[in-house]
Amino acid sequence: MTPVLRDLFNTSVEFVRTFGAFQLFSLRVLRHSPAVLLGRSGLVIKQVFNTGALSLVIIMVCGLFVGGVLGLQGYSNLARFNAEDSIGVFAAFGLIKELGPVITALLFAGRAGTALASEIGLMKATDQLSAMEMMAVNPVPRVLVPRFLGGIIAMPLLVAVFSMIGLFGTHLVAVELLSVDVGAFWQQIQITVDMDDINEGIFKSIVFGVAASMIAVWEGYNAVPTAEGVGRATTRTVVITAIAVLVFDFMITAVML
Amino acid sequence: MQQTRSVEIGTGLFVLLGMGALFFLTTQTTGGDDFSADEVYTVEARFENIGSLRTRAPVAMSGVTIGRVTSIRFDPVTLEAVVLFVIDSQFDQIPDDSDASILTSGILGSQYIGLQAGGSDIYFEDGSEVLFTQSAILLENLIGKFLVNSGSKDDD
Repeated sequence: MTPVLRDLFNTSVEFVRTFGAFQLFSLRVLRHSPAVLLGRSGLVIKQVFNTGALSLVIIMVCGLFVGGVLGLQGYSNLARFNAEDSIGVFAAFGLIKELGPVITALLFAGRAGTALASEIGLMKATDQLSAMEMMAVNPVPRVLVPRFLGGIIAMPLLVAVFSMIGLFGTHLVAVELLSVDVGAFWQQIQITVDMDDINEGIFKSIVFGVAASMIAVWEGYNAVPTAEGVGRATTRTVVITAIAVLVFDFMITAVML
Repeated sequence: MQQTRSVEIGTGLFVLLGMGALFFLTTQTTGGDDFSADEVYTVEARFENIGSLRTRAPVAMSGVTIGRVTSIRFDPVTLEAVVLFVIDSQFDQIPDDSDASILTSGILGSQYIGLQAGGSDIYFEDGSEVLFTQSAILLENLIGKFLVNSGSKDDD
């Protein structure tokens, strides 16, 4: 075998191994989840604060501007067909089904995922995780699971906030700035948007929440325990989460349409 | 202690805000039908063609929504569409010779059933059937007729 082929083979095997290890790791985290949720809810609440409440500002500001830009773009295109009144529907579908979950997940990866990965990575680099094991404390339910659960709980709530603020952003631009009729704007939304659409958004947000938190926790836990390793784990968290979220988004949309 | 307290307050506010947003999305952006009645009665209507009428479409009289389409099925014997719709029980004085037609709100809007009052002294009740119905007007058919007419004019 030539060296190039051998390298390729080794890389492939290593990739599959990492993927398998990630699945086993996920199972370990999931197995501990119910007990932690019931027995150590205090830890989970603290993580909901860290990942959710502290991400609120960025989510709300971004939601407002995303909604606003949807209003501007939608208006300039729909006005050509004299269909400015449908701008609310255009924005509501976009926000509730796609942009809300996806952009929130990407922001979540940047704001909360990196924080989780670097925190856990630094714990590992400073031997705090080993110290726990020495004291017969399993770091998985004590450190990893609360962070994972916090992310899952926070994500759908953040998505809902994002979509709502986004709609207000569209309202501001379309109704206040471009003087679309306010009644037509909201009535069209209410007629067209269905509970199914909201459910699709919520379903997506839960899937993205699981993916983003699990990847962040995994990267932190498996970081090389050096300053460089923690930095690299943080970067990989954002990159892998972004890819995973967009791939999952495509698959869910393809199945649900 | 102060630290835990602010964390708890922050978390509580965040969760409340999230729930509020979810509530807003589910109640303010969906539904939008101004029809909700506790007591209803069901009326049946048969149409030759229902166009793109769907279940949950409104049933309106004088432009006011008084009911909702509950089921649409195809009768294999008479080859007609059978539409069942419910009407709010407080409107129990609709003459039974009223006619139902399938109308479109706006040019490209969704379709609904419009009831036109008749003059009978007997009123619709649960299980009644609308005797006079008018099918949906399909844009394609209209255009077709228009083209045929304008074609025959040229021949004269």
